Amino acid sequence: MEAATAAPILRAKDYKSDIAPIWCPGCGHFAVLSAVTKAIAHLKLSKEQLGIISGIGCSSRLPAYIDSYGFHGVHGRALALAAGLKTARPDLTVIAAGGDGDGFSIGGNHFLHACRRNMDLTYIVMDNEVYGMTKGQASPTTQPDWTHSKLTPHGTGVRRFQPPAIALAAGATFIARGFAGDPNGLTKLLVEAIEHRGFSFLHVLSPCQTFRPEQKEWKQTVHPCRLEPTSDPARAAELIQNDDGMAIGQLYAQHLPAWQLESRTTTTLEEMEAEFRV
Amino acid sequence: MATDINIGQADGLSIAITGSGGSGAVTTGLILLAAIARAGYYGLMTRSAGPQIRGGESAAMVRFSQRPVDCMGDCFDLLVGLDWRNINRFIDEIPLGTDSLVLFDPAGDSIAPEISATGACIGEIPFKEIAGGITGGRLNMAALGATGAAAGLPIDALEAGALATLSSKGEEVAEAAIACIRAGFAAAPTRSPVTVAAGERWNLSGNEASGLGALRGGVRFVAAYPITPATEMLEWLAPRLEQLGGVLLQAEDELASVNMIIGGSFGGVPSLTATSGPGLSLMMEGLGLAVSSETPVVVANVMRGGPSTGIPTKSEQSDLNIAIYGLHGDAPHLVLAAMDIRDCVFTFQWAVRLAEHLQSVAIVLTDQALGQSRAIVDPPARFVDYLPRVISGPQDDSYRRYALIENGVSPMAIPGQAGCMYTADGLEHNERGTPSSMSADHLAQLDKRHRKLLNFDYGEHWAEIQGDGPTCLVTWGSCAGPVREAAERLNAVGNPIRVVALRLIAPLQKESLAKALDGAKRIVVIEQNQGAQLFHYLHAEQALPAHAQSLARPGPLALRPGEILNAITSED
Repeated sequence: MEAATAAPILRAKDYKSDIAPIWCPGCGHFAVLSAVTKAIAHLKLSKEQLGIISGIGCSSRLPAYIDSYGFHGVHGRALALAAGLKTARPDLTVIAAGGDGDGFSIGGNHFLHACRRNMDLTYIVMDNEVYGMTKGQASPTTQPDWTHSKLTPHGTGVRRFQPPAIALAAGATFIARGFAGDPNGLTKLLVEAIEHRGFSFLHVLSPCQTFRPEQKEWKQTVHPCRLEPTSDPARAAELIQNDDGMAIGQLYAQHLPAWQLESRTTTTLEEMEAEFRV
Repeated sequence: MATDINIGQADGLSIAITGSGGSGAVTTGLILLAAIARAGYYGLMTRSAGPQIRGGESAAMVRFSQRPVDCMGDCFDLLVGLDWRNINRFIDEIPLGTDSLVLFDPAGDSIAPEISATGACIGEIPFKEIAGGITGGRLNMAALGATGAAAGLPIDALEAGALATLSSKGEEVAEAAIACIRAGFAAAPTRSPVTVAAGERWNLSGNEASGLGALRGGVRFVAAYPITPATEMLEWLAPRLEQLGGVLLQAEDELASVNMIIGGSFGGVPSLTATSGPGLSLMMEGLGLAVSSETPVVVANVMRGGPSTGIPTKSEQSDLNIAIYGLHGDAPHLVLAAMDIRDCVFTFQWAVRLAEHLQSVAIVLTDQALGQSRAIVDPPARFVDYLPRVISGPQDDSYRRYALIENGVSPMAIPGQAGCMYTADGLEHNERGTPSSMSADHLAQLDKRHRKLLNFDYGEHWAEIQGDGPTCLVTWGSCAGPVREAAERLNAVGNPIRVVALRLIAPLQKESLAKALDGAKRIVVIEQNQGAQLFHYLHAEQALPAHAQSLARPGPLALRPGEILNAITSED
């Protein structure tokens, strides 16, 4: 191909839209947005072949900030919408994104089935252990003794949802944890997640400065994953079970064929209609 | 033995075959319907079943005539009892009269008192003994032979019907069935068989017809969750979509299925889901998203008795309110209803094209009585206009997905197209799609979504109108069949009746309806639900005069022509 007609090389900033994020200063999601644009620039994905799908919540605002096709849907249904788009348009790269409440509470069932289906989707959950957009309620990943919400003044008293463990049990074939405070590591994990053929789940610790200011400490408490990533689900289960929730890196990757419905045009509707003729 | 039953009269012949679940009543009915088609008649087969998969009650009701049949008659001419177990559960669905004939095998259970009480003539035929004399013989096939003979159907039509219906069961099964049919035929009271000259006829169920209409409309992506009585539509579609280059994705629930089709349609593929009342309730939030983001989707809602789990296996027209009003916010969308099995093809094809062209949600209502019944019909009509989805060409950097153009249908970009990327949103937005809570944007976008549906010219398909009498019956869905038949009977005795059967319910075509009602001295709105849902909707839209009357009653019993006729004439 002539050089003149080759697609221009896009840099990360070329993937940013002209819409300014609504996020609070210091929000972890800025770093996630930045890492997403870096990862897609690195992978040289064309903007028009990219679909970024989200639900509702602070982090679900992500699609509008990226210059590609996007869908900001309803609360909890990002994975369903993404699965429909990918099924109808397998040629597209489809990334779903959202928060812990969106993905693990209202959208919990879709999370299980998306893991199980192993379609070629990437799912980024920006986990800040709080519902930010409704001003600070406990989410499924909030500590049971967190008493800062008027909705649960004594804490929820309920054990936390374990995203990587549940993803593994449900059948996800790529599981990793990233940290918004480690942008380079996060970009690398995003590249691996997008390149992975099958359902890849990227759990991102993304601090909320407004409702969970104590999460500033995450900078000190995160640590690299102590073990090498594994493709053995039993070893991954052990690793994830013994994990303090702050281990950063790839936790599990298994190479199974990505699931996709196949079809082939073998007849015409007119021919098909013959079945009804008496 | 009473032998002479009133067959061949203008309104055809009605036959009920009953038995306990697993007795083969439905298979018997399917073969009978296939035979009816081969004898040149039109026909309709409905079924009644309990919720049990096996061991419950089961009945096939078949009516045939030289004219198209869109409902059961007032009374059954022939009742064939394969056995009488659980007959009490559906005897009220099988009205009998003193002219009716009941055929049964006295070697089995004695005749139910509910049946004797009707005064019907009783004919005893040893079905079991006949079948027992044939290797692999089955009682229901012997009964089918006797039924065909009593109904005046030619033996070769019965045999051809059996071969066509049982082709997948193997040669031995078909041979045994035919031997039983012949023996049963010989043992029964026989009328001179009649074959009628007929043109091309189709044999299809309402759910199949709905699926076919969707495919004709261009649907190539379906996501759905199984639910009675819509499942057969999905089961019919799944392998056929695959052969046409499309796919059906089984979702984890209805919340997923509606969002999946929004995703598929956003990707540019015409998309549909099918469900019934409980599923439609779960989909409402997603449908609001489709309205707001202007993503075309079609929802087939095969209605059953409600509310809640209600009566999953039986019919009712009680989801009109949720179809019209179920979305929160001001969320204009299309609501259509198919009025008979043949019409399911046309209505679905039209609905898909309207949804695509207007970037709208279309909820298409059918019901169990249409969906799970089969009919012998003329080849279905085709919607010949092609209403395209309006696609955006390459744009400069300021593509306005929700541009405020005059007709409200702003060109839509499809992923893969460069230069017009956008983010679809359920948040209120400005012309570019950027979230906005400003009053001006809300008003402008609300108005855009409203006027694109209101100002479109839907043409003549909004309703089917027959007759021009001073009494006008307004109806919708599966009630159209019995309403039309009641009207025809009144027309025949010099009492001209007008019938308006609505196909496009929302947006209501008020001007067209006013024209259709013009000059009517009496208006009766007829529907199968307790709340008179269409009647109240038409009143709310100020589309009815104050003197309009309502004839509404809930399912699961089908409205019958005689019931409608009596209600109209008794209130004259």
